[in-house]
Amino acid sequence: MAYPENYKYTQEHEWIEVAGNVGTVGITDYAQNSLGDIVFVDAPKVGAKVEKGAVFGSVESVKAVSDLYSPVTGTVTEVNEELASSPEKINADAHSSWIIKVELGDPAEVGSLLSAADYEKFIAEETGK
Amino acid sequence: MATSTPMALRKTPLNVMHRRMGAKMVDFGGWDMPVEYSGLIAEHMAVRTGVGLFDVSHMGDIQLRGPGSLDAVQHISMNDASKLREGQAHYSAMLYPQGTFVDDVIVHKLSDNDYLIVINAGTREKDFHWVKSNVQRFNCHANDYSDYYTQLAIQGPKAAETLAKLTKVDLSAIKGYWFKWGTVCGLANTLVARTGYTGEDGFEIYVPSDVATSERVWNEVLEAGKEFGILPCGLGARNTLRLESAMSLYEHEISDKINVFEAHLDRFLKLEKGPFIGSEALKTILAEGGPTKKLVGLEMMERGIARDGYPVVDAAGKKMGAVTSGSPAPFLKKNIALAYLPTELAVVDGEVAVEVRGNPVKARIVPTPFYRRPKKTA
Repeated sequence: MAYPENYKYTQEHEWIEVAGNVGTVGITDYAQNSLGDIVFVDAPKVGAKVEKGAVFGSVESVKAVSDLYSPVTGTVTEVNEELASSPEKINADAHSSWIIKVELGDPAEVGSLLSAADYEKFIAEETGK
Repeated sequence: MATSTPMALRKTPLNVMHRRMGAKMVDFGGWDMPVEYSGLIAEHMAVRTGVGLFDVSHMGDIQLRGPGSLDAVQHISMNDASKLREGQAHYSAMLYPQGTFVDDVIVHKLSDNDYLIVINAGTREKDFHWVKSNVQRFNCHANDYSDYYTQLAIQGPKAAETLAKLTKVDLSAIKGYWFKWGTVCGLANTLVARTGYTGEDGFEIYVPSDVATSERVWNEVLEAGKEFGILPCGLGARNTLRLESAMSLYEHEISDKINVFEAHLDRFLKLEKGPFIGSEALKTILAEGGPTKKLVGLEMMERGIARDGYPVVDAAGKKMGAVTSGSPAPFLKKNIALAYLPTELAVVDGEVAVEVRGNPVKARIVPTPFYRRPKKTA
């Protein structure tokens, strides 16, 4: 699986695509594969504050719940409403199925996130491959 | 650096096959088992609408043989084995003297002097020691045949048509919870039982446990079921299927701390057959007013999934009980759960709340099973 080079990643398996002062956030293909069939996404509302490293919601599959950790600090500007009725879209294409968009409170935070290559190395180590 | 060696996971003869097929593996009661192959929901739906194939070799098989085997079975099992005919099986449980569960089992009567007890994977050793020590005074031998068999479950409305391609045994002559012996996939004297843990029609077959035979049979079943959309199914779907059918899972709905009345399994309890391990304690519980808590089915009324262990609370937020098993139900498309509640509150249509990670989510008490397979017409 190719991890988009222009995205940044976290060790909690979130991705963020930054354009200007807005970050688009989702979970990685590795995460959706581990979870299995996703049935429920619990996302914050527009206007909610998110904090780097803090839980901002959760994704549930049939067999498990996984907390979502924000890669950045900021304010939620948009929520992907499609996921309320079709959460399985994340399984089909995790890197296109964004969950929230965030207005960045501190753009410098993005620099310390993992690159695609670092993330791939990280998951290779995690799975012992 | 590790200071102790972790116990190696046990493997069924099909372990390499599962991995070769790309199954996601999980540690289930010390066994390295497939949790899903193509996806839990797809596998669940295949069983409900077509046919699915499960490797359930991790389950155990205890054989009781000898003139005293019926007496032995009657002593350790709560159902009445004297009612079984040759070729018939029934659901039962082995109980501790307090009337709580050692394990739930399926008892098969092979002949007057020969009974097969199929037990859970996670409790194999405990069960075998329990059986062995408790049948000592009867004229019979207890043998652990678990490793002799690869046990496959073929489940779904198309299970019979699938298996029919692989055997000349007249499957239509086998009623639910009955079994026959016959040649399956060229293997003589194969046990074919119309049993399962999915709520669908289906069969469990017991074939020799060498890898070559196990893999050959596995592949032949998958080939035979191809036209019906057969899928290999893992423990993930096995759990959601049995939950929709409100079937118990050891350490969840039944355990050594839960008695037969609490677990709502008293229809399989035959106190009238005479004393057996646990019977006196159960009689006392009845005499003293019955169970103080009961297992109920819950259906979530608001957005939220009740999961194993989540508290069930009253309107004031006070904990009244807990979810024993909870999950989305892929076929019913609802979020369901089994839970223990105080007897006086365990009433169908009652409203409770399940605390889902700190937030109370409304749920309604519903009759179980949540799913019943459609009756065959004609």
